Amino acid sequence: MARRASPEVNAGSMADIAFLLLIFFLVTTTIETDRGISRKLPPIEDETDPPNIKQKNIFIVLVNRNNDLLVEDEPMEIENLREAAIAFLDNGGGVGEEACDYCQGARDPASSDNPTKAIISLTNNRGTEYGTYISVQNELVAAYNELRNREAQRLYGMEFTQMEDNYRDSNWRGDKEELKEQIAVIKDLFPEKLSEAEPQS
Amino acid sequence: MSKFKKKKSGELPAVNTASLPDIVFMLLFFFMVATVMRQNTLMVQNKLPFADQVEKLDKKDMIMYIYAGKPSPRYQPTFGSEARIQLNDKFADVSEVQSFIYAEREAKREELIPYLTTALKVDVETNMGLVSDIKQELRKAEALKINYTTLTGDVEQN
Repeated sequence: MARRASPEVNAGSMADIAFLLLIFFLVTTTIETDRGISRKLPPIEDETDPPNIKQKNIFIVLVNRNNDLLVEDEPMEIENLREAAIAFLDNGGGVGEEACDYCQGARDPASSDNPTKAIISLTNNRGTEYGTYISVQNELVAAYNELRNREAQRLYGMEFTQMEDNYRDSNWRGDKEELKEQIAVIKDLFPEKLSEAEPQS
Repeated sequence: MSKFKKKKSGELPAVNTASLPDIVFMLLFFFMVATVMRQNTLMVQNKLPFADQVEKLDKKDMIMYIYAGKPSPRYQPTFGSEARIQLNDKFADVSEVQSFIYAEREAKREELIPYLTTALKVDVETNMGLVSDIKQELRKAEALKINYTTLTGDVEQN
């Protein structure tokens, strides 16, 4: 029996196999980063006397267990919340020391004096759905962002959200120190004072 | 002079495809390396809510994930349909959140600890009671930076 040389393996279909694997990984890959609403929780502090805040400077949002909204003792739909929050924050009804020279609101003496004093208080029920809570949070954050965008546009000709994105972006070319200061200025004009009470059962 | 006779012209030579597998393998390796498999197996239903005022969460190594929601159908016979918390790969009680945060911190480099963020991946239908309990525990553990992970979209879809 003469030994025969083993025939060469046909590699012609290797490309097909590799393509198959490639397509599998192409389909399963999700190059995505998570996105979400960032918040900072208040640290636990010893019980102190609550600061004296004028009733008109507080914007009360209540959400009940049926996911209904009660804003300043009036029922409201979520679509209208952003507008109402902007109207409250941007009101600028203060006079003298408390006057707000950049506000464009109605200057209603019964609403907030100054954006730096205005506080939004959010209380939800333990039975409230998480989706509704996120919607409310989103609308309130949107109200702040809209006002900050307006001021940033006026002072620096750039959207505030864009400024923050640039600040976080490590590839952004520009003066980060300057940008940080500008962000701080805008944040001072419209500080995010969003207080969340313990939910009621 | 027949040795230098010109080849028959007019027929195009076939393109050499011998290096095609190499190219495809290169692409394949790229995608294999870039693919991120899910860190945790989800044991809860996790339909995230929609929001449009979102910020990106990059730096995956500085995020601690807390999942919450109803147990998935296959776990419902054992764990019931009440919304629960999932830490790592198992169901947990609210009281375990603190020790989870401490354990996660332990695993990270010390200088990164102030930048750690807790991502809450909570199902839309969960009651706020559970979420508030988690938040209260996070406050006790001084993990104050949180992020409600959402999908990007209009809130009316919630």
